[in-house]
Amino acid sequence: MKIQIDNLRFTYPTGLEVLRGISLSIEAGEQVAIVGQNGAGKTTLVRHFNGLLQPASGSVMIGDWDTKKTSVAKLASRVGYVFQNPDEQLFSKDVATEIRFGPRNLGYSKEKIDELVTRALALTELSDKTETNPYDLSPTWRKMVALASVIAMDTPIVIFDEPTTGQDAVNVARIAHVIAELHREGKTVITITHDIDFCAENFERVIALSKGQILLDGPAREVLGQEEILAQTYVDPPQLTRLGKRLGLKETVRNQDEFLSAMRK
Amino acid sequence: MAFINLQNVTYQYPLTKTPVLQNINLQVNEGEFVAVIGPNGAGKSTLCYALAGFVPHFFKGEISGSIEVAGVESSKSTLDEWVMNVGLAFQNPFNQISGAKYTVFEEIAFGLENSGVPREEMKARVEEAMKLTDISDLADRSPYSLSGGQQQRVALTSILVMQPKLLVLDEPTSQMDPIGTREVFSVVRKMAEGGMTVVMVEHKMEWIAQFADRVIALKDGQILLEGKPNEVLTSNILAENGFGVSRYTSTAREAKKQGLWRKENLPVTLDEAVEGFVKRDE
Ligand SMILES: Nc1ncnc2c1ncn2[C@@H]1O[C@H](COP(=O)(O)OP(=O)(O)OP(=O)(O)O)[C@@H](O)[C@H]1O
Ligand SMILES: Nc1ncnc2c1ncn2[C@@H]1O[C@H](COP(=O)(O)OP(=O)(O)OP(=O)(O)O)[C@@H](O)[C@H]1O
Ligand SMILES: [Mg+2]
Ligand SMILES: [Mg+2]
Repeated sequence: MKIQIDNLRFTYPTGLEVLRGISLSIEAGEQVAIVGQNGAGKTTLVRHFNGLLQPASGSVMIGDWDTKKTSVAKLASRVGYVFQNPDEQLFSKDVATEIRFGPRNLGYSKEKIDELVTRALALTELSDKTETNPYDLSPTWRKMVALASVIAMDTPIVIFDEPTTGQDAVNVARIAHVIAELHREGKTVITITHDIDFCAENFERVIALSKGQILLDGPAREVLGQEEILAQTYVDPPQLTRLGKRLGLKETVRNQDEFLSAMRK
Repeated sequence: MAFINLQNVTYQYPLTKTPVLQNINLQVNEGEFVAVIGPNGAGKSTLCYALAGFVPHFFKGEISGSIEVAGVESSKSTLDEWVMNVGLAFQNPFNQISGAKYTVFEEIAFGLENSGVPREEMKARVEEAMKLTDISDLADRSPYSLSGGQQQRVALTSILVMQPKLLVLDEPTSQMDPIGTREVFSVVRKMAEGGMTVVMVEHKMEWIAQFADRVIALKDGQILLEGKPNEVLTSNILAENGFGVSRYTSTAREAKKQGLWRKENLPVTLDEAVEGFVKRDE
């Protein structure tokens, strides 16, 4: 399912213009990371994808649906969104109910719901916490519950807003695995992240946003190598990219394999 | 005598069946900057609560051992007295806004106002603190309509402005952009050099190695390792226990096997990494 955004502008009721002419398209099945300075407008942008916010001008198309003419409830069948702050999203008395809520709301059959919930629990390794109240979990596990409840909706487009914050190495690997699984199933995954190493290791395309405009958009290797331009939006290149530069490697390297093979040349 | 002195601290929440902190012994000197690392559920936030008086004054539960800060014992103090010396930035910045104020400026001034600081001094201190965390341009904004990272900066600033003797920061850069993160570490370093004692929970090893004096690695409520940042952060024990490591460290560990890393010690920071990698043809 394609996302097509044309000249999107958005101003909050406070008068602050936060998105200043964004145009981009994302093809079905792409894995895209969005990076950029605090306040750049990343969260504001993705909230347009599921209709939580409406453009002041310009348009957002999700497949053949114009978000201006489609209800949030309907858009939920195409776009799943994991909030930056999980507490805005969670409201059920236990983890199992929370995760069932989304797919049930989309009207799937009982069998399909059971299957989706079981898979979401397994992917996030929450199977032993189904009876726990989400608010008895630490913020890091609450974020995993938020993630599971969105995966369970089985939407063609999934958006994660800062999924790795506060997660330890094991959970970060788990989230990377979830993203890889969704990719394998052909879903579009859009992830907002400040974790540039995670971004370099898991995404093929990177969009850098700065002050409500697109600063860079392209293959991860090209975008993440642009140290000076990224600095304008308070982003550092990945650790190994910076190291490669300092060591005088000719090509931009993004991960351990690329770095070591460049060192062996 | 140490500024923070934890002796055999064992603690469990009312609802937990096993202790969340087990036999913690920890001494921190005045003006020291200590980083605490550990996997999810290790007890990092609970340790922060213990230092900030919330354990046991707010969370109850069972506690043994003693917690002393600035020569005063926690169990012989009240939370009101305790917070005069200790400032805590909570892990989840989204819940930290007071709800009493209409602008970011007033929100940050709230604590000073309550402690009766004169208007002029208050204004100067708030402006100074906002400069440190780079949020001067948010002064007149509502504290409710901020981005994630902006909220976290406001929460941090409202603690910094109080100039507590002990600053406890629970993942204070989790929502921050990369360059902003580095700046926060650098501000905290300066605070420590000015005599403030800092305990900071963090996952970002590169900056811990560059800015902190000491690292405590916590797992299952126990101190697994403790020492100089480079020593702790490159230890094999961390990698084996599910701790995150800097890419410089993990890559050098692999490169060593291939003869591409020439030093005995592994790197955590960029400068350390630059010094030790060798190209095959060199
Ligand atoms: N509800 C709101 N009302 C008014 N302004 C808002 C609101 N939400 C966000 N803003 C402002 O819009 C701008 C963009 O915010 P947004 O949350 O999109 O940033 P972001 O790129 O996601 O940042 P972060 O990395 O800190 O999460 C910021 O200046 C923010 O203060
Ligand atoms: N209020 C509470 N009541 C009962 N148990 C709790 C409470 N807070 C935390 N725990 C439990 O105590 C243990 C340690 O939790 P703590 O939040 O201190 O870990 P942490 O290292 O900060 O983890 P994270 O990286 O997820 O923030 C966990 O098993 C957690 O479930
Ligand atoms: Mg955001
Ligand atoms: Mg914690």
